[in-house]
Amino acid sequence: MPIHDTDGLKTWQRRTGRESLSHWIMWLIGVAIFAWCWQQISASTTWFFVWDAPRIANDIWTRATPPRWEYITQLGEPIWDTLNIATLGTIIALFLAVPVAFLAARNTTPSTLFIRPIALLIIVSTRSINSLIWALLLIAIIGPGVFAGVIAIAIRSIGFCAKLLYEAIEEIDQAQVEAITATGASRMQVMAFGIVPQIMPAFAGIAVFRWDINIRESTVLGLVGAGGIGLQLSASLNVLAWPQVSLILLVILLAVVISEWVSAKVRGAII
Amino acid sequence: MSSPDFDLDARLGKPWKKPPFVQRPWLRYTLWMGFVAYLIAAWMTIEVDWARVYAGLERGQKFVLAFTSPDFTTRSSDIYGGMLESIVMTVAASVVGIIISIPIALGAARNVAPLPVYLICRGIIAISRALQEIIVAILLVAIFGFGPLAGFLTLSFATIGFLSKLLAEDIESMDRVQAEAIKASGARWTQWINYGVQPQVMPRLIGLSIYRVDINFRESAILGLVGAGGIGATLNTAFDRYEYDTAAAILILIIVIVMALEYISGFVRARVQ
Repeated sequence: MPIHDTDGLKTWQRRTGRESLSHWIMWLIGVAIFAWCWQQISASTTWFFVWDAPRIANDIWTRATPPRWEYITQLGEPIWDTLNIATLGTIIALFLAVPVAFLAARNTTPSTLFIRPIALLIIVSTRSINSLIWALLLIAIIGPGVFAGVIAIAIRSIGFCAKLLYEAIEEIDQAQVEAITATGASRMQVMAFGIVPQIMPAFAGIAVFRWDINIRESTVLGLVGAGGIGLQLSASLNVLAWPQVSLILLVILLAVVISEWVSAKVRGAII
Repeated sequence: MSSPDFDLDARLGKPWKKPPFVQRPWLRYTLWMGFVAYLIAAWMTIEVDWARVYAGLERGQKFVLAFTSPDFTTRSSDIYGGMLESIVMTVAASVVGIIISIPIALGAARNVAPLPVYLICRGIIAISRALQEIIVAILLVAIFGFGPLAGFLTLSFATIGFLSKLLAEDIESMDRVQAEAIKASGARWTQWINYGVQPQVMPRLIGLSIYRVDINFRESAILGLVGAGGIGATLNTAFDRYEYDTAAAILILIIVIVMALEYISGFVRARVQ
């Protein structure tokens, strides 16, 4: 324990001299990096606009309130589309994620050397690219519309679901699997009766959790043209119809809150 | 198998059946029926232009092939500039977000803060979590103009909601005995936080912060789509021009950086915990 001794008075310190020096240097480097980053941001900012921001914000606020309530009649179909994108995307993703998860889990993969890295690569690459980017890509390939949104959400969710699922598979109780194997079950039967019942609660939880996230993501997919309520949002933004924008934002907020509530309820019932 | 209505004689001689996941039969069948009905309804309303999809397959193939020969050189200055801007935004926003979220997390922990402060801080967290990054970015671009400042503010704002909530939960579940021991030694409130609370939540704070850096980088890649700076603008342009090899190069860079961040975060989290 580092104790500082001055004129016979011993005081306790948290760190030794060397430790505090290295801490100090680390902080210095950190602060320097942050200062440099801030300079970069500051250099590419038009500060005139920033000083003008309070006035602009006030201006937008007065234009956006009150929301144009009668516009809500035109939002029914986009909301239905949004719900479909999220739900169908989640279902497709789960179908694709299950085999990937079984191939990626250490205790079920057929080959740790070849197949597991491929499965992990699929997980990482689908997870690290945002659904908006997938949507951009799919719109370039299969054209704009709800279908591109569904596929974008599905691809994006594979990595997330497969990662959580393979972690659940790796944590199963091996004794049950062994018991099923001892009865002479085939490989498929071991999976169906030894592994699947153990991961079923985790699977249901992951599905609902991802569905909740997908509702959030699908509300903005329309910004790049992939269907849903985002399409209305970007159309309203383009014509600067702020009362419509504020109404759409309220609807999105409501959808997000409801989906979060549903997901929390369902997960509470499962676990 | 020890349900109260377990009747051995009735079961004898019958083959064993796997117990269903949802126990109550009426609920199980209602769920299935609702699910199938929904699927049919959803499928009916989605208009898929299969001819267009089929025509696009060739382009999709071209895109997949582009991954085998990504083009880093043609637009290297755009890619480099966009990447740098994304990283700068990520670093700055993570630092500012973490600094702001620590006091808010303290305020949102019921065992540290009084009720009025608690409610205000929980309100801030709820607002920040309910609004998505891209929508916040649109509004901030409209207010502050195009450029990385809007992206930086967006990411900072999103970091606050994420980090404060998880950190507040950790503070609420901390060991009270240690904190009380510090208080009993006559510590001031700041000392109590510094020596009683902080050491208990520090590993989690570091782990969450690094995880958030990772998320912020991923998000910074799309903020450019709405004009808030970063690599997203370059990527969007590449897709618009059908320059799949450049787009593939950018996507590969994003994946590599995210993988590196994930590796670093795993390493750091293993060390602090």
